[in-house]
Amino acid sequence: MITTFAGALNTGLRRALEDDPKVVLMGEDIGRLGGVFRVTDTLQKDFGNHRVIDTPLAESGIIGTAFGMALRGYRPVCEIQFDGFVYPAFDQIVSQVAKIHYRTRGKVFAPLTIRIPCGGGIGSVEHHSESPEAYFAHTAGLRVIAPSDPADAYLLLRQAISLDDPVIFFEPKRRYWDKADIDVDALDDDPFPIDRARIRREGDDATVVAYGGMVRTALTAAEIAAGEGHSLEVIDLRSLSPIDVDTVEESVRRTGRLVIAHEAPVFAGLGAEIAARVTERCFYYLEAPVLRVGGFDIPYPPAKLERHHLPDPDRILAAVDRTLAA
Amino acid sequence: MADPITHPVQLVQPDGRRVFDREHAALVSDIGPDRLRQLYEDMAVVRRIDVEATALQRQGQLGLWPPLLGQEAAQIGSAHALHPDDYVFCSYREAGVAYCRGVDTSLLTRLWRGVDHHCWDPADINMTNPAIVVGAQGLHATGYAYAAQLDGAEIAVLTYFGDGATSQGDIAEALGFAASWSAPVVFFCTNNQWAISEPVHVQSPTPIVRRAYGYGIPGVQVDGNDVLAVLAMTRWAVARARAGGGPSFVEAITYRMGPHTTADDPTRYRSAAETELWRRRDPIDRIRRLLEREELWDSDFEDRVQSRCDEIGGRVRAATIDLPDPDPAQLFEHVYTTDHPLIAEERRQYAAYLAAGESDAPPIAEGVRA
Repeated sequence: MITTFAGALNTGLRRALEDDPKVVLMGEDIGRLGGVFRVTDTLQKDFGNHRVIDTPLAESGIIGTAFGMALRGYRPVCEIQFDGFVYPAFDQIVSQVAKIHYRTRGKVFAPLTIRIPCGGGIGSVEHHSESPEAYFAHTAGLRVIAPSDPADAYLLLRQAISLDDPVIFFEPKRRYWDKADIDVDALDDDPFPIDRARIRREGDDATVVAYGGMVRTALTAAEIAAGEGHSLEVIDLRSLSPIDVDTVEESVRRTGRLVIAHEAPVFAGLGAEIAARVTERCFYYLEAPVLRVGGFDIPYPPAKLERHHLPDPDRILAAVDRTLAA
Repeated sequence: MADPITHPVQLVQPDGRRVFDREHAALVSDIGPDRLRQLYEDMAVVRRIDVEATALQRQGQLGLWPPLLGQEAAQIGSAHALHPDDYVFCSYREAGVAYCRGVDTSLLTRLWRGVDHHCWDPADINMTNPAIVVGAQGLHATGYAYAAQLDGAEIAVLTYFGDGATSQGDIAEALGFAASWSAPVVFFCTNNQWAISEPVHVQSPTPIVRRAYGYGIPGVQVDGNDVLAVLAMTRWAVARARAGGGPSFVEAITYRMGPHTTADDPTRYRSAAETELWRRRDPIDRIRRLLEREELWDSDFEDRVQSRCDEIGGRVRAATIDLPDPDPAQLFEHVYTTDHPLIAEERRQYAAYLAAGESDAPPIAEGVRA
């Protein structure tokens, strides 16, 4: 089927609702409106308002009550309307949801999937373009996932909902309208693990690691680099917790060079974590220091400035040039 | 009916005489001599558990303990209103409720000794473990209650929280969700007058129960040192929930006689006179006077309760002291339900480090008490 990224998610949610009567969707405006990005479009009509629940406007309430439902055997899929709105729910996520399995030594688990449209690139206002993944990746007990294309959006969402661990599911909102032809039946049978990175383009001269909305940017950079005679390997991380360090390590051992690109501010971001782990494992294989390309260490800027803040192919290529020159 | 705000429901006066309140007394008209004596015994046992645990903390056997001294009637009265299939979302001070729900008393101190983050298996007694983040459990109770409603289960879900917790957004959000969903949840506020050092008027200039009214949730204030009144009004709320009547709010007016936790010094913020005033309203003395007035008290009963207290107190003490330090491998267990390569890597590395015998790791933060 030809679908958008948002449509792939919609199909994934529909199948999850069909497969398991304990799956419920919860969030603001997800019912009759179908969500502000229409990811839940038509689902309330087809499954009823007890399966697709329009909640009061309160993020801590959404996650806290979803947690309570999970304690009774439900598998809630919560939608946080925008990245910048997740902070009121932060306590429930990191203090309650993330810790319950550890706290009870395995007697209780919280199979929540928390969908968060994330990142910039759609010209939105303040609090609507953030990249809060590092906060959640830093919290033990959470899995953090970031799909980059429609097929993976479908596959990863299906896998996330079936996991007994809580999953923070970051949907790069500037990719919601990307189209692809996907075979959802084949994807349902795809055994590729949720926490493994994928090599999206093979190359020999340098490795570029990206995730979510930045993968397409990295692939564009690699295409341009190829025209200039440089062969870049592009790795789509997919899982931000755990990180598939093995796949990155294997690549860097071949290329000797690593550039990490993400939208989030660089300071204490995931790039730092990847750089540190790769340095530990590949010290004698590295031909140049690991470089990071990311958002600046500033609050997300106004829409008219975001094209400067968001790494584009040129900024990735500038880093590639630096690592190749070393 | 008298204004429940200016006149919290009371069925037994401090001197043990019954209050003439036909409407509310009817809710406990079935409580005969045996049940009255059981209420007394449970309160006495729970006080003994509390005294024992407080002593264990002073002796260095527990890192911390949140005493419930003075709140026995609020806990035992409300717990007796619940059915076994009802579900409790507690705060961290409800050891008495756990006792009434049949917890293995040897488990009560595990969390506070620092060998675990939990005390009991929630499924065993339909009650969550102590919630340390104030108020968070109000939302969990509401979600659970909503899910129970979806399941068609005719149960009540009761959540305990303190007066301080009503200042938290999570309790406000829980009231909103519960009202919106007509969820079968009972909000039980133990107003013990103090949130550590802050008196209740810092949390709210109006009676706390009034907050529920703003959400369309009916509520009642009850004398929290009167076990029969607490039982009556919790029964009212539980019956509403079980019958599909939606959420209710019970504010039990009581007093925390001891410190907030064993790390706290209440003499820094409240007067001895105030504490003395509440000592004269002691909930256990009150029901003893009632039993005496109604000629239900005798030395056989007193001896039986005493030996029960000794038995359980000794069991809590022995179980606590016998708890060994956990195996370091436990550090890495149950973070996830499934394998996580980064944690697996740390587990392997630390096991190898310990196996190499290089470390004689001292106990962490020995002597430091939260």
